[in-house]
Amino acid sequence: MAPDHLDATFAALADPTRRAILARLAAGEASVTELAEPFAMSQPAISKHLKVLERAGLISSGLDAQRRPRRLEAKPLAEATEWLEGYRRFWEGSFQRLDALLDQLKTKRKKRRRTKR
Amino acid sequence: MKNTERLQVTTPTDREIVMTRVFDAPRRLVFEAWTNPEHLPHWMLGPEGWTMPVCEIDLRPGGAWHFVWRRADGTEMAMSGVYKEVTPPERLVTTEAWAGNWAETINTLTLSEENGKTTITNTILYPSKEARDAAHKTGMMEGASQGFNRLDEYLRTMA
Repeated sequence: MAPDHLDATFAALADPTRRAILARLAAGEASVTELAEPFAMSQPAISKHLKVLERAGLISSGLDAQRRPRRLEAKPLAEATEWLEGYRRFWEGSFQRLDALLDQLKTKRKKRRRTKR
Repeated sequence: MKNTERLQVTTPTDREIVMTRVFDAPRRLVFEAWTNPEHLPHWMLGPEGWTMPVCEIDLRPGGAWHFVWRRADGTEMAMSGVYKEVTPPERLVTTEAWAGNWAETINTLTLSEENGKTTITNTILYPSKEARDAAHKTGMMEGASQGFNRLDEYLRTMA
């Protein structure tokens, strides 16, 4: 993926309404009307968000000319979140070990303090 | 998992990654675990299956550090840098670069303590947005591409 594309993905993900739309589409495709339902927003406002998501390649429109159901395109999102997830996984694994190590260090110091007394 | 806060990872600007985490220990200990080669190879290992056979630390401004990770199949990854600021137990600034032709980042670690718990904030600053994206695109962390099957989960946390 070109860096520019990654930018578009992140810009698209920066908005809570758009994230909610993606979360809804993760459960299955939906028409604009269906997507607008949970939000206190007009259809044109929702359409604007959908355009941003579409430009970022995060969603696509189905072939049904009347409903034009939107569906999630997982790949750009996967690529955008992949490195952050990898990053998180590296540190989460490490920090759990660090928790255990810190516990050991704390216990050792307590013991040392006790023997000094 | 312990009674600690979950790791937070954010990208506040085009050039930064910021992570925060709380540890149930005074910052003196956290700082020591982070900077002492006796401790570091025991925890800074990322996903399962890696060891850190090389951990060299010259903990002073201008001092170098060098880490090598190894997997059972022999795969190795190396990283090195130079300490810029060493202020125990509250602040550590280093440069960091993976072996090979990778952009050098400036990492700022701050530690604050409250009621015996330590909050760390680690900010990784890339020289440019392009450098950050390039590093991410290639999956700089091994394991980044492993088992990415968490899209639904991720969306739930974001929504």
